[in-house]
Amino acid sequence: MLEVTELACLRGDRMLFADVALTVQAGELVRIAGPNGVGKTSLLRLLCGLAQPEHGQVSWKGQRLERTRERFHREALYLGHAAALNDLLTPLENLRFAAACHGLGVDAGRCELALERIGLGPQRDLPAKVLSQGQRRRVGLARLYLSENVPLWVLDEPFTALDVAAVRDLADWLDAHCAHGGMVVMTTHQDVPFATPMRTFDLAESAC
Amino acid sequence: MLSVFLEVLRRDLLLAWRNRADVLVTLAFFTIVACLFPFGVGAEPNLLRTIAPGVLWVAALLATLLSLHRLFAQDHTDGVLEQLLLSPEPPVLWVLAKVLAHWLTTAVPLIVAAPALALLFDMTQSATMVLVLSLLLGTPILSLLGGVGAALTLGLRGGGMLLALLVLPLFVPILIFGAGAVDADLAGTGAAAHLMLLGGGSLAALALAPWASAAALRIAVE
Amino acid sequence: METGQRFSLFRYAAPQQFYPLAGRLAPWFAAAAVVFTLIGLYLGFFVAPTDAVQGEVYRVIFIHVPAAWMSMFVYLIMAFWSAVGIVFNTRLSAMMAQALAPTGAMFCFVALWTGALWGRPTWGAYWVWDARLTSQLLLLFLYFGFMALTRAIEDPRRADKAGAILALVGAINVPIIYFSVKWWNTLHQGASVSLTKAPSMATTMLMAMLVMALAAWAYTIAVVLWRVRPLILERERHTEWVGDVLETSEARA
Repeated sequence: MLEVTELACLRGDRMLFADVALTVQAGELVRIAGPNGVGKTSLLRLLCGLAQPEHGQVSWKGQRLERTRERFHREALYLGHAAALNDLLTPLENLRFAAACHGLGVDAGRCELALERIGLGPQRDLPAKVLSQGQRRRVGLARLYLSENVPLWVLDEPFTALDVAAVRDLADWLDAHCAHGGMVVMTTHQDVPFATPMRTFDLAESAC
Repeated sequence: MLSVFLEVLRRDLLLAWRNRADVLVTLAFFTIVACLFPFGVGAEPNLLRTIAPGVLWVAALLATLLSLHRLFAQDHTDGVLEQLLLSPEPPVLWVLAKVLAHWLTTAVPLIVAAPALALLFDMTQSATMVLVLSLLLGTPILSLLGGVGAALTLGLRGGGMLLALLVLPLFVPILIFGAGAVDADLAGTGAAAHLMLLGGGSLAALALAPWASAAALRIAVE
Repeated sequence: METGQRFSLFRYAAPQQFYPLAGRLAPWFAAAAVVFTLIGLYLGFFVAPTDAVQGEVYRVIFIHVPAAWMSMFVYLIMAFWSAVGIVFNTRLSAMMAQALAPTGAMFCFVALWTGALWGRPTWGAYWVWDARLTSQLLLLFLYFGFMALTRAIEDPRRADKAGAILALVGAINVPIIYFSVKWWNTLHQGASVSLTKAPSMATTMLMAMLVMALAAWAYTIAVVLWRVRPLILERERHTEWVGDVLETSEARA
């Protein structure tokens, strides 16, 4: 499904990693591991087409990413470090905008449900600037509850700044996604108990 | 396909409304720059009438320039830009929506205020009409071309100065035709040719600039 | 057969192939530049006849006109390399564009400077808002913008691509700027004496100018080849071949 061959990443003038090969099949949960600075975020950004590899290629369903860009963006979701929130908009407005840009076609009611599910029901109409760091994070993560039909989830440290209950709930949701044939590629520093057998890909082995 | 365009337009207009002080600051800047000139060159009415088209156009140009950084900077730091680039719709669509929102919230207030400033320079009614028309046809080019500059300088240190260096030479033809239209009207030769060139320039910029902006934005987030 | 041809065509597009080639070619172009300059200056300053109207002053056009031509050509070549870089995603083309920019700016400056020197006795002022001079000035700003942008961006790959976009946008605008300035000029100033409209261009004058233009080309090529070499090393320093090059040069030293 998602296939990476001979991938190399250049950051500034430093080669971060080279010869990365990775295949993610439907229903798989893959964790990208490695020490800080090894290029985990860079790899995720290459996987979702935000950056161009120095060498090698990323393919989605057998087609190179640049050939199938539109379809791939419809079928992939990337949540990065930044929560992608505008401070002047409310969580609900931010979430609706993100969903509309992704072409999810969901209405306000579903966005409200998603916010409630992630524990932001009471805050949904406050401007995002009054939210705490963890709450901001969650507005981004609320998109996951709207994206069950998006097969590939690429998540960069989704569990940071979440409390125990929220981590538990999110882990269950990721399990459910994989059980329905979805794919999750993520980085995390936390040990989160998943029901799905997690495959760990150690990026340090490909570091330059 | 249109939905992304409308969503982005709606959001940016909403943000401009919640941030309306910014729009007022741009407008105030426009007014103050225009008002500086009489202090610099003297208040002789004939002289003021002569320089008015150029002064108002330069003031509009500088006001637009100062507002350009708002176009993508906030979305860049928030990470919204990345999400927009990951949208399945072509980037040109939402770039266009953002530029349109910028034009509506920056240039349109200037165009509305221009006749009032024209009074300060004792411009004739017909010259004021032509000035408004030339601004209406010319300022879209400023926003479109400026968008390319804003995208290229996104997130750079000293980006504001650099942006000015990049786009001001490109703005020269617009200034020439914009102020020239009013001059031509005053000289009695008719402003139609100038206005048509401005309109044609707007269409050309509309066709080309969003592609360049989109490409520059893709580079900026890499 | 076909792959063989492709290989030879694109062979020198690879930085490690181009690096030694540039080093070998540069001295020849430099020598050509010196020879052409000497011939051109001799023709221009000793052989070409004195102008009936302008006297000896006009001889500055043997530097001014080739410099002005070259400054425009260099921008076009920069835009060409930028387009190649965007379409074929070749790294070397962006380096070429960046190596060209300072030379283009230099020629722009020389054209402006000599224009001012020529303008003083002719127009009675160092600077007149003549259409050609004004366009030249704006072109200089475009060069400054390109150089400032590519230097302001730390990541070389982003700098290459952003510079390429800017060069293309600028190249589309150069003719627009030129015609708008020309139009503005005729409206505001009336026709002014133009540098290239020397009343009767004697054959020797034309010859001298062409030889000087050739000198400018040879100089540009030589300087760009020299300037692109350290750029290649800097950009490719993570590769093995650059390590080898640096080692051998160290060993030689």
